[in-house]
Amino acid sequence: MNERTMTEEQHFEQMIEEESICINDNIVYDKPETLTDTPMHYCPGCGHGVAHRLLAEVIDELDIQDKTIGVAPVGCSVLAYNYLNIDMQEAAHGRASAVATGIKRVLPDKFVFSYQGDGDLAAIGTGETIHTCNRGENILIVFINNGIYGMTGGQMAPTTLPGMKSTTSPNGRDIITMGNPLKITELIAQLPGTYYVTRCAVNTPVNVRKAKMALKKSFEYQKENKGLCFVEIVTNCPSNWKMSPLESNKWLEENMLPFYPLGDIKKPTN
Amino acid sequence: MKKEYVLMKGNEALAEAAIRAGCDAYFGYPITPQSEILEYLSLNANERTGMVVLQAESEIASINMGYGAAGAGKRVMTSSSSPGMSLMQEGISYIACAELPCLLVNIQRGGPGLGTIQPGQADYFQTVKGGGHGDYKLITLAPSTVQELVDFVDLSFDIAFKYRNPVMILADGALGQMMEKVLLPEQKERIKEVPSWATVGKSKDREKNVITSLSLDPHHMEEINLQLQAKYRQIEKNEVRYEMTDCDDADYVIVAYGLVARISQKAAHLAREKGIKVGVFRPISLYPFPYEALNKLADNVKGFLDVEMNAGQMIEDVKLSVLGKKPIEFHGRMGGVIPSPEEILQKLEEKFAGELV
Amino acid sequence: MAKVKGDIIIDIEKCKGCELCKAACPQESLELSRKLNTKGYHYIVKIEDNCTGCTNCALVCPEGIIKVYRKTEKKKEQVATISNVTGDITVTVNS
Repeated sequence: MNERTMTEEQHFEQMIEEESICINDNIVYDKPETLTDTPMHYCPGCGHGVAHRLLAEVIDELDIQDKTIGVAPVGCSVLAYNYLNIDMQEAAHGRASAVATGIKRVLPDKFVFSYQGDGDLAAIGTGETIHTCNRGENILIVFINNGIYGMTGGQMAPTTLPGMKSTTSPNGRDIITMGNPLKITELIAQLPGTYYVTRCAVNTPVNVRKAKMALKKSFEYQKENKGLCFVEIVTNCPSNWKMSPLESNKWLEENMLPFYPLGDIKKPTN
Repeated sequence: MKKEYVLMKGNEALAEAAIRAGCDAYFGYPITPQSEILEYLSLNANERTGMVVLQAESEIASINMGYGAAGAGKRVMTSSSSPGMSLMQEGISYIACAELPCLLVNIQRGGPGLGTIQPGQADYFQTVKGGGHGDYKLITLAPSTVQELVDFVDLSFDIAFKYRNPVMILADGALGQMMEKVLLPEQKERIKEVPSWATVGKSKDREKNVITSLSLDPHHMEEINLQLQAKYRQIEKNEVRYEMTDCDDADYVIVAYGLVARISQKAAHLAREKGIKVGVFRPISLYPFPYEALNKLADNVKGFLDVEMNAGQMIEDVKLSVLGKKPIEFHGRMGGVIPSPEEILQKLEEKFAGELV
Repeated sequence: MAKVKGDIIIDIEKCKGCELCKAACPQESLELSRKLNTKGYHYIVKIEDNCTGCTNCALVCPEGIIKVYRKTEKKKEQVATISNVTGDITVTVNS
C-alpha cells in the first residue's frame, strides 16, 4: 500500500518535471481583455503599445470597461480605438481634451480619458489642454511625450530637446530660432484645477509598473471626483529618432529623462 | 393649455426654445451679436432642466466639446457669429463625417475679417457650400422671424437626429437682436433613450462604439463618402422648405432669405400699390435649396430680383434653379447695411426699367 | 526550499523583433530567431530553460503578446504516517 502510493507520487513528480507548466492555473501575466487582438500598427519597440496595454489592464482591474469612454488624438495613436475594446471617439488634432470635456459633462458618472501625443497636446492643442486642466475637468489626460511628430514623419515637436535632430531641425533644435522645449506637464501642474500630475516612462519593467499605478490611481481619483489627473509618459520613437528600439531606450534614459525627470509633479492633497 | 406669448429678443427666444426643446448641452463662446444666447442659458438653464451650459475658451473648443457630447448621443447645441463660425469649420467637418446630430446657430455679422458687428448674410457660401474641408453638407434653415428662430430649434434637433447630421440655423444679427412677439413652445422632457451608436460605455452585450471620421483605406473612405452622399440625396428629397408670397400672379419675383425676405415682402407690397405685380420667394432651407420650386416658378414670371446682404452668394443657387429661363438681377448690401423696402423696389424698377413701363 | 519555475508563450506572428523583452530579461533567456514570421520580422524565442516567470519581458512588450506562467513547487515533506487502518478516515483541509 505504502509502496504503491510512493510510486504514484513519484510518477506525479516526474509528470510535473516533464510537462509544460503552461496551463491556465499558472498564468501570472496575460494580455488584458480590454486590449483587442488586432495587431498594432506601431513601429517595433514603440511605447504606445505598452501605454495602451496598461490602460487596458487598469480598466480590466477596476472593472470599468462598460463605463469608460476614451478619446483618441491625431497622431500615431489616432487608431487607438482599434486596440482598446471600449467606446471611443476620435478627435480633431489637439482637441481631444475639449472632446473629453464634452463627453464628461454629459456623462459625469462615466470614466473619460484622452490619449494625446506631444504635438497634439502641447502644440496645436495647448489652449484646450490648459483650459481643460484649469477647469479641473474630472477626466484623465494621458500625454505621450516622445519629443517628435511621429505620424507625419519626424518633424520637430514642442517637446523636442535642444540640439535634438528632426526633419525640420536637421541640424538640431536651435533654441534661439526655434524656441525652447515646452514642459507642459510642469506648466499645468501650477493650475488649481489639476489634482494629480505625474511623469512616467515605460522603458523598463519597474517604470512600466509605476506607470500602471499612476493610471490606476488616476481612474480611482476620477471616481472620487477629485479633478483632473494628468499622466505624462515619456516614450521613444525609434523610427523617427533613427535608432533601433534598444538604442532609443538608451537614448531616452540618457537624454529625455534628465530633461523630463520622472516622478510626481503634483501630489494629490487630502 | 394657455398659449404663452411673450415679447422677446431673438437670441434670448432661441435660447429659451433650446431649453424647452430638451437640449442636453450647450457649449459657447461670447461674440457679438449672439452673446445673449450664452448669457441667457447661463442664467438658469441648468437649474431648470439639468442642461449642461459651459463657456468654452474658444469657438474651436466649443465645437469640439459639442462633438464629444453629441457623440455621447445627447441633444447638443452651439452658437456663434461669423468670425467664430469660421473657427468652428474644422469641427463641423468632423461632426458631419462622423455623422453626429447637433444644432449649430450662426447669427451672422458683416465680414470679411473682423468686419462689423452689424447684420450680414455673407456666410451663405461658408454654410451651404461647405466651409470646412471635404464633401459634406450642412442642413441649413434660415428663419425670417423671431418666431421661426424659436420654432426651428426643435425642428432642427428632430432633423439632426433623423439623419445623424448637423443642422445649422443661419440667421443674422438683426434677427438675433430684435424683439418680437413669440409663442413659446411647451417644455419638452430631455430625451432619455441612448442611440445605439452613442459612446456611453461598452456593455458586454454589444460591440464597442467608435465615433470617428478617419479611414486610411481609400476604398473604405470612398464608401463612407458614398454613404454620406446617399444620405444627402435623401435630405434633398425630404427636407426642402420654402415660402411663396403673392407669387401666383406675379410678373416679378424677389428671391431673398431670412430678414431680407421680410423686407422684400414689404417691397412687393409697395410695388403692388404701384400696380407692379411682385411676389417673394423665400427659401427656408438653404441646403437643401428649393431648386425645383423656383424652376417651376420661372415658367410663370418675367424675371427675378435676388436680394441679399452680401455681394451675391445665394444668387448662384437661384441661377442653378432658373437655368436661364428668365433674367435674374441682383441687389446686395454689404458691411452690415440692411436694405430698405423702398430701396429694393427702386432697384427692381431700375433693373427691369424697359419692361415695367 | 520552494522551487520557482517559469515559462512564456510568445505569439510569434505578432512579434516585431524589437528585442525590448530580451533586454529586460534578467535570465538572458531570450534571443531573436533566425527565422522570420509572415510579417518579415525576426521574432523572439526562448533559448534557455531558466525562466523564473518574473514577467519583465511581458511588461515591456509593446505588442502585448507574451503570456507568462509560473509555478512554485514546494518540496513535499512527510508530516505523518498512518498505519494499521481498518475503518474510514475523514480528512478535512482548511483552505
